[in-house]
Amino acid sequence: MKVIGVLALQGAVAEHIRMIELAGAKGVAVKRVEQLADLDGMIIPGGESTTIGKLMKTYGFIDALKQFSEQKKPIFGTCAGLIILAKHIGEEQAHLQLMDIEVKRNAFGRQRESFETDLDIKGLDEPFRAVFIRAPLIENVGENVDILCRYKDQIVAARQDHLLVASFHPELTNNMAVHQYFIDMMM
Amino acid sequence: METGTTVVKRGMAEMQKGGVIMDVMNAEQAKIAEAAGACAVMALERIPSEIRASGGVARTADPTIIEEVVKSVSVPVMAKARIGHFVEAKMLESLGVDYIDESEVLTPADEVYHIDKTQFTVPFVCGAKDIGEALRRIGEGAAMMRTKGEPGTGNIVEAVRHMRIINSQIRHIQNMHKDELMTYAKNLGAPYDLVLNIHENGKLPVVNFAAGGVATPADAALMMYLGADGVFVGSGIFKSDNPEKFAKAIVEATTHYDDYKLIADVSRNLGAPMKGIEISDLNAAERMQDRGI
Repeated sequence: MKVIGVLALQGAVAEHIRMIELAGAKGVAVKRVEQLADLDGMIIPGGESTTIGKLMKTYGFIDALKQFSEQKKPIFGTCAGLIILAKHIGEEQAHLQLMDIEVKRNAFGRQRESFETDLDIKGLDEPFRAVFIRAPLIENVGENVDILCRYKDQIVAARQDHLLVASFHPELTNNMAVHQYFIDMMM
Repeated sequence: METGTTVVKRGMAEMQKGGVIMDVMNAEQAKIAEAAGACAVMALERIPSEIRASGGVARTADPTIIEEVVKSVSVPVMAKARIGHFVEAKMLESLGVDYIDESEVLTPADEVYHIDKTQFTVPFVCGAKDIGEALRRIGEGAAMMRTKGEPGTGNIVEAVRHMRIINSQIRHIQNMHKDELMTYAKNLGAPYDLVLNIHENGKLPVVNFAAGGVATPADAALMMYLGADGVFVGSGIFKSDNPEKFAKAIVEATTHYDDYKLIADVSRNLGAPMKGIEISDLNAAERMQDRGI
């Protein structure tokens, strides 16, 4: 059985673990870098990207996750996790700088502008209920990045080899299709 | 495309989990909080211990302060409205606040009714001392709960009491026979469907943070150990000798609440925490937790 870690420094960890287990894999909350060795894949969850980014730096996760990625082990970033994986975040200092995307934070506005909607995602058979919470957008992608989904012409999901990102929160629904897609990336 | 749905409101609180929400009174403090790793800030005119000291009627903050804080940080900004004060809450929503705390820390505007929180796109957090209060607030539309504790005292005892009561009542409801739930709901004064929801799921349908009296990193970790999803720190940080260091220590202790060596390390040389108040020294009128039940 595939074992998938969820970075548990801050944010919606339990929801991802629930979805991983619904999809038939084992989910583990990851608080220490030593835990990465036992994992097949890693999810960086939604939360506050500034908070998660600072704690990642404090506890050595920046280098550890870069090494994890070098082994081509899949990493999935949702919302804040997407921001953490990006190479460029406007004028701000980027975190892991692994994925060739340029991201705009809080791109839809404040919480009152947060929303849910149905989206067609490349690789999924049916429309997916996507929950956007103070969500980021992907403004530009490198040539080796595959765009998986757009909302009103703007990029909200993408894949680059073993890296997957979504602006929205598949863990807040009861549909495990996106998590299943991620687990299939480990096969 | 739908805004302000239950999923979107409750989901916003899910994203705050494992984090620390800090009270701030201006842009400068908000930046210190954000730099220390706060997952959100609560913008107010006076922190609870000052409200306690100065007396009089405590109202929602001046819009200038809220706007100043909103502009200065990228983390979500919360603000407090008086219990039952629909208009203060609507003002905060119009200012772009990300979460409204209908709070007993301010002087209640209504001693009988709370705000109908379903009439807002922005989500609400409310305080509770027990499961009846929590379920009434959720029934009114609150998307996040917190313990009431006893704000501005720097004394954790009431937050501990409230977290233990709520979690013990959740375990009790989960173990009850289904045919006992209606009478239990009646006695609690709680909506039946929410009692049934707890019976089936064994947890509150919304996130529950600790608040009211957190004064040290160890206090924050204790509340996480007792089952809190995250922590509000009010007076503790900016009443301490070194707010920057103190705020960072609370954030680390909340994330690693079961790593006692780490908590000991971050607790070193923090300077004096706020002095604190013994709860039995408060008279009935000074107990904020008894407001709006």
